Order: sequence, then structure tokens, then C-alpha cells
Amino acid sequence: MKILTCPINGPRNITEFVWGGEVKAMPDAASSDDQWTEYLFLDQNIAGEIYEWWLHAPTNTWFIARRNTVTDHIIETMTVDAYFVRTSEQRGGSAA
Amino acid sequence: MPFALLKYALAKEHPDDPHFRWSPELKSSYDVIVIGAGGHGLAIAYYLATQHGIKNVCVLDKGWLAGGNTARNTTIIRANYLTPEGVEFYKESVGLWRGLSNDLDINMMYSERGHFTLAHTDAALRTARWRAEVNKHLGVNSEVIGPDEIKRLCPTINIDDDVRYPILGALYHPPGAIARHDAVAWGYAKEAIKRGVEVHTQTGVNKIIIENGRAVGVETNRGVIRAGKIVQAVAGASSEVARMAGFLLPIRTIPLQACVSEPVKPILDQIIVSGSLHVYISQSARGEMVMGGATDAYGLYSSRSTLDFKESLMAHMLELFPFMGELKVLRQWAGMADMTPDFSPVMGLTPVQNYYIDAGWGTWGFKATPVCGVRMAECIATDRQPDLLKPFALDRFRTFDLVGEKGAASVGH
Repeated sequence: MKILTCPINGPRNITEFVWGGEVKAMPDAASSDDQWTEYLFLDQNIAGEIYEWWLHAPTNTWFIARRNTVTDHIIETMTVDAYFVRTSEQRGGSAA
Repeated sequence: MPFALLKYALAKEHPDDPHFRWSPELKSSYDVIVIGAGGHGLAIAYYLATQHGIKNVCVLDKGWLAGGNTARNTTIIRANYLTPEGVEFYKESVGLWRGLSNDLDINMMYSERGHFTLAHTDAALRTARWRAEVNKHLGVNSEVIGPDEIKRLCPTINIDDDVRYPILGALYHPPGAIARHDAVAWGYAKEAIKRGVEVHTQTGVNKIIIENGRAVGVETNRGVIRAGKIVQAVAGASSEVARMAGFLLPIRTIPLQACVSEPVKPILDQIIVSGSLHVYISQSARGEMVMGGATDAYGLYSSRSTLDFKESLMAHMLELFPFMGELKVLRQWAGMADMTPDFSPVMGLTPVQNYYIDAGWGTWGFKATPVCGVRMAECIATDRQPDLLKPFALDRFRTFDLVGEKGAASVGH
């Protein structure tokens, strides 16, 4: 049994969760049709560390996990808010 | 045991296998480089040489001959798909399979067993009728049969209604077959090599060289090779290789697990599949029960096997075949499957000139090996998307012309 830790509900059997795929940056509303289509269908599908969406199905809780897609090691999980705080800090950091 | 074999085993020197004459040195350039020496890559090379006279071809593989999904699938061959595009494509493939042992002069052990897609719900039965009508219309032999007829054709199956998912009927496809997967790769490899194609294993591609929007060569762990044209046929690693060529794919890499039981005397002649229960089973020529399930619940670049998979597989399998309770699992493994959003492959031209793709083979790649080889070779030789491959072009996602293939293996209905 593999355990995934939901940031709200704690460690649970991974069969309670639904995989939501890699986190992608949503295009701007004014983006072209092609950009929206790429957002919809194309995946980075990286062999390595990725951020991805997970749903704890019994409580309908969406959150973000950082996982290595080669070793299947779950490095950390975080709430969606925590993820976006982190990524906006990283963006701010790189701009500064 | 033949004495020749014993003598060979005890001999100090072992002459080269006459089937495979390996080329020790890489040339500096080839007309076509095929990345991936699985069934698909080798078939492309073979048909380039035999049907288009392009023999200056090199097949590269990071690992060994046919060590990926060619060796990891459950070898089911059929044409009873749901979409007309899919049925036309796989129908041509079944036609090629039937003559393949002769064409490649190797015993493919191609064995037509009859393929049953069980239905346990009204919805599944409705899909079965739909598939049967599409199949018949396109000249593929399929029909919907009831539980009594299933029992008559397959006496070992349990059609009682005291199980969780009783059998209501099945889509019966008599031409459904199995074959010996290694022989497919070996056959294509030896016949291609005989015609001048080079196969280089242990030769990984680290970079694809693009100049002015054209693919012109690859960087390998053994040096740079130039090429007129390049095709990738690397199931499981499709996204990583396409990234080297500079574009993304609508693919997620997800493991598909399988296992075999210990070998027993012939007891199951048919190929039994249930989309609703996510199981399929057939008995191989050497007596092992070959079993597979649905793809894993999340993406992973790994060929590990899990207990969760075997538990869910066996729970359903024991309801269909109670005698399986006596058997032990002998081997277990997984293949890395390219899953596309519409359960159809991605074949043909790419945004990069002189670069072609053969990917997105999810759970349906082995049965397509010959037809994919023929049509991809045509695509590469003519630089045009062949009519049969037009519905499967990479560009279909941009134009929303998806080919929703609910007839694919391990897709619930």
C-alpha cells in the first residue's frame, strides 16, 4: 500500500486519491486558440521531479504534490494556496 | 536434446548468430535514422528497405533489441475497434499479420483463437452492438453473442449470475489472435539487416540536431550521426525524445501491468477480455496464462509491478475462471504506455521537417506493428501523410479532430 499525505486530511492510502496530471500555467484569457488548445492537450510529461494535481476523493480536496515520476518518490504535498504563494515568490525572486 | 545444441554450449568459440549480423561501426551519415529498435522501429526499417528501396537506414536503441513494450505486451491482435478510422487501420494490420511468418521466414506462432469482449452492463452491451455494426459494415467479422453461446465456445468460463458482475453477453471476434512477440522483432530485424539496414543497440540518442527547422542528425553516446530523415518510435519515452526535437506531445506516460501464471496444459483456447472489469487473459503456446489489467491510476516512468494491481486483477479473474485459484503467478512486469487523450495513436509528420513520429501507442501498439511499419515507411519515403494515417496525425489536437477510441484495451465503457 502506498501512502499519500493530503495536506488537509493527513496520510491516506493512495487508492483514495485521483491523479489530476501535471500543473500547467493557465494561458491569459486573451491568448490565441492555439495557445488554449496546447494548454488543453499538451503535456510536458517529464521523467523526473514534477508538481502535479491530486484529489482526495472522499473529501473532494484538491492539492499539489511534488513527486519524482521515475522513482515514484513523493517529495512533499501542499495546499493549492501554498503552491501559488511559492510560485509567485519564485517568480518575484527571479525578476529581482 | 539435439547434440548440436549441446556441442554449441560446450564449445569454446561461439560463432555469430546467422540471424543478426551486427555492424560494429557507426557510419557518419544515413538516409534514415530510426530511434528505437522495438517492433515498430524495426518494421519501419524493413518496409523502407523492401518497399521503397531505402536501405541506408540505421536503427538505434539505448537498450537492446525489443526490450521495451515489444517484450511487455500481452500479444493480442484484433481489428474489432469502434471508430471507422481505427477499424480500417487494424483491419489492414490483421491482413499483414496473417502472412508475416512467411514474409519474414520465422515462426510467428500466429494463432487465431477468437476474441471475446465481455459485457457486464447494459452500457457495455450497447457499445458491443455498436462495435459489431461498425465492424460488419467495414468487413470485419464481429457479432454480439449471449451467455449460452459464450459458454458453448469457451467451456471453462463461469456464466453464473451469483457473482458481482454476471456476464450479459460478449462482442465475439473470431479472427482475434495471439503471436510470439520476440519473433516479430527478430523477424523484422534479421530481414532488414539482410537488406543492408544497420541495427545499433546500446546507442542512446542524447540530442537531435535541428538546423533551420529541419532535423539533420543526432548526437549519440557514440558520436554524431547525420541523417536525411529521422523517425522516433520509442513508446514510453516519446515525450522525452520529442522534447529533444523541440515539441510537446499530447501524451502521459502511465504504466500498464501484466503477469503470467505457471504453465499448464491447454485449458483456455480463447482470448477473453472485459473492459468493465479491466482484465484480459489468454493462454500462450507454452501454457502460461497471460493476464493484464487497466493502466495504473497515475503517471510513472517505471516498469515495476504492484500488489494493488494483482489483487484487483485476480478478484475479477477468479469470478470469470474459478479454476485460476489453483495457479501461481510466475512472472510480473509493467510496460510504460503512451496514453493519449483520445486513446488513439499519433503517427506521421511533425512540426519539424524531416522528422517523423510513431507514438501514442498506449495499450494498442503490438497489434499495429506491421501496418504501422508499412504506412510510416510510406510517410517517410514520400514525405506525405498516407490516407490511412490522416486521422492519427499529431495535428488533430489543434483542430479538435480527435478519434475517440472506446474500443481500446483497458478502456471502460
